[in-house]
Amino acid sequence: MTIQHPPVDREPPTSSDEHAATVTVEVDGRSVSVARGATLLDACRAIEQPQPTLCFLETLTPVNACRVCVVEVEGSRPLVPSCSRRAEEGMVVATDSPRVRHSRRMVLEFLGSSVDLSLADDVAGWMEDYGADPSRFGPPTPPADERDGRHAGHHASPGPEAGAETVEQPVKIDNDLYVRDYSRCILCYRCVEACGEDAQNTFAIAVAGRGFDARISTEFDLPLTDSACVYCGNCIEVCPTDALMFRSEHELRRAEVWDEDEQQVTRTVCSFCGVGCNLELHTQDDRIVKVTSPKDHSITHGNLCVKGRFGYDHVQELGDDLATTPIDEVLRSARDGSDAGG
Amino acid sequence: MVLLWGSNARAAHPIFFHHLLKGLRNGARLYAIDPRRTESAQWADIWLGLDVGSDIALANAMGKVVIDEGLADRRFIEHATTGFEDYAAVVADYTLERAEALTGIPGDVIRETAIAYASAPRAQICWTLGITEHHNATDNVLALINLALLTGHVGRYGSGLVPLRGQNNVQGGGDMGALPNKLPGFQDVEDDELRGKFEAVWGRTIPATNGWHLSEMFEAMDAGTLRGLHVIGENPADSEADVEHARALLRGLDTLVVQDLFLTRTAELADVVLPAAADWAEAEGTMTNSERRVQRVRRAVSPPGQARPDLDILVALAGRFGHDWGGLTAQIAWDELRTLSPMHAGMSYERLERLGGIQWPCWDEEHPGERFLHGRLWQEPLGGRPAPFLPTEWVPPVDRLDDEHPYRLTTGRHLDGYNTGVQSGGFSSPNRSWGTLDLSREDAAKLDLISGDLVRVRSRRGTVELPARVSDALRPGLTFMAVHYPEEADVNVLTIDTWDPKSGTAEFKATAVSLEKVDSAATATVGT
Repeated sequence: MTIQHPPVDREPPTSSDEHAATVTVEVDGRSVSVARGATLLDACRAIEQPQPTLCFLETLTPVNACRVCVVEVEGSRPLVPSCSRRAEEGMVVATDSPRVRHSRRMVLEFLGSSVDLSLADDVAGWMEDYGADPSRFGPPTPPADERDGRHAGHHASPGPEAGAETVEQPVKIDNDLYVRDYSRCILCYRCVEACGEDAQNTFAIAVAGRGFDARISTEFDLPLTDSACVYCGNCIEVCPTDALMFRSEHELRRAEVWDEDEQQVTRTVCSFCGVGCNLELHTQDDRIVKVTSPKDHSITHGNLCVKGRFGYDHVQELGDDLATTPIDEVLRSARDGSDAGG
Repeated sequence: MVLLWGSNARAAHPIFFHHLLKGLRNGARLYAIDPRRTESAQWADIWLGLDVGSDIALANAMGKVVIDEGLADRRFIEHATTGFEDYAAVVADYTLERAEALTGIPGDVIRETAIAYASAPRAQICWTLGITEHHNATDNVLALINLALLTGHVGRYGSGLVPLRGQNNVQGGGDMGALPNKLPGFQDVEDDELRGKFEAVWGRTIPATNGWHLSEMFEAMDAGTLRGLHVIGENPADSEADVEHARALLRGLDTLVVQDLFLTRTAELADVVLPAAADWAEAEGTMTNSERRVQRVRRAVSPPGQARPDLDILVALAGRFGHDWGGLTAQIAWDELRTLSPMHAGMSYERLERLGGIQWPCWDEEHPGERFLHGRLWQEPLGGRPAPFLPTEWVPPVDRLDDEHPYRLTTGRHLDGYNTGVQSGGFSSPNRSWGTLDLSREDAAKLDLISGDLVRVRSRRGTVELPARVSDALRPGLTFMAVHYPEEADVNVLTIDTWDPKSGTAEFKATAVSLEKVDSAATATVGT
């Protein structure tokens, strides 16, 4: 047996037919050519017609969960999710037809009536654009029981006074690094994907329950500290509604110290190991208040490990008495509180 | 295909491991070679759990299989290498039977691994300190290089030799000439022409002979020929092998100056401590990662108190020595470097920012940087000198196992820890396990230990007492300690300071120890 190596390869292997060809589609009456394999969302973006998206993220595999990006394709009975549907030669696409507008409005109303979307970027604007009125299902009615304890088919039927049932529940705080506020969770699956095959491959969380009882959960609803979680924070990075939030941000918001207008973002390189992950340090009042990672960088694709995401306390030890800011006080008392709590 | 050799990248290089996992999901095969079945090895198709320090025996046996099976890349060997016949003669002695005896790995697994590596269209060997923290570290690396030369798995996209750098700028330190024998850009100190180029720009004479590496410095301290030390961002009073000896040497110096973020154990011994800023968040500059990519670091927050960036401290020191370096900034120093180090010439700050970093060599401002090195070996005709096979022989670890010290202790990292814990000890990690002596289920049963029991670990140099932890990653006879917790688990009291004469790295990975359960009645008084 002889080994025949290819001649010197300078570049990654590519399949030539996949990259050479383009396809042309019609979007709202305009002709647009995109590379074969591109999605309808790519085609829309190419002509600067951004579509609303919630569960879609460039760095993750599309799961088609939220349905807010649906478009109408001529000849297709159902509306199709533009984030995952590949563009095919000759497709005729409508992004603003009555069917599309109606569907998007319903999606936004269902979400808005049951989930706290107040921290979700752009959603308020879409509600206005599509004339969504979540209040038409009645007043928000928080669940009477613990959603995490529900078993399939066992929840109580709504009473005669019932308004719109919500997913409201207490914020889960079980560690110093991040909190889970599932009252804000739209079940977009991004965190599950980031914890799973798309990035971290830790599989600490998944969707538990069915229908309206479905929720993101660790195995057996254990606290994070008893789960497989390794605290990379890649789930927080991808969460579109701030249901997952850095403990620092959560505490500073609660103390009304958090002020994004006063924050700067500085890109630098992580101080641990040799991989060279890029960090975006969010600072306020000369303090690091959270760390994110650029999604468009070839090293990290938005991902970090626990050291890069949370290992910055050595530059601002909270016990330091050189200069104490309101931020230090809030974070220190949060930590002391959780220490005392065991 | 990836051979992950002496590397627990899942814990030590987590984002690199994301890329590796992507490869595995795309069908790549992973062979993990590690005495421990680490969280990285758990992802492997095949785990080769070799005995500590038997890497050369394994590599040479693989080389013999490749040759015997006719899988050597003869065309590449003839075109681009020298010394193949000598190599073939050396590895001829490494039969599968002998390798199995030396490594503990079944011969047919060695054979399968060798064939898979040689037959793969693309294959990488990635390694870290499991290869380099041995008394024969350089020989270990050469044994791996020989495998790549034998199979032509070098200098092509997707094939190569990948030493994963353990620290964020250890590559940059070398790039910038923080090596005893190199000027910036890996230019030899002892080359008169190259040295002259730097002397002309710096206006000073540079000593014409190589300096000392760290291990030689400690030997010089021992001999009394090195009496003063300026330590920048290093904590040898915790990190040196046989650390009690190192601490005594540091205490015996006439002058010790320590420049660091913290009052480390080394700084506590210092005559003068210069408080430094954290260069990754409190100063401007560049760092070089494991893939030779130079990237910008930027100041996001102010240094505390009187702490100053390292560069400012050095400029101020130069001022006290009578040299005015003016308003030297990181960028001015960088632009000077670009005139002196050809491999960095094309890396302006503007390009580094725009391109998200550039991999050296980058010869000019049109050059995109290089994804990988050694492509010249495939050029027709060959670009430059051929690559030599440098055959190496297996030698056992220096710290021998015997009846008195029957257990092998090896060291490594945890996911949420980093080196001596100076930087990583501060943040609140829910998974932090602190210092433990990890041992196999079988050995724990033999010693009547369960996790949490206090165990006395004794080497030929010192004794440490700490909690035991039963670990399924370990085989009988093998024990493990992480390096991050010198306060609770002073591992380097135990390790041996025998070092590799070529690299200067000590044999942290192979210590012979005895284990003894600490009487629970005595437990109350221990650890105070």
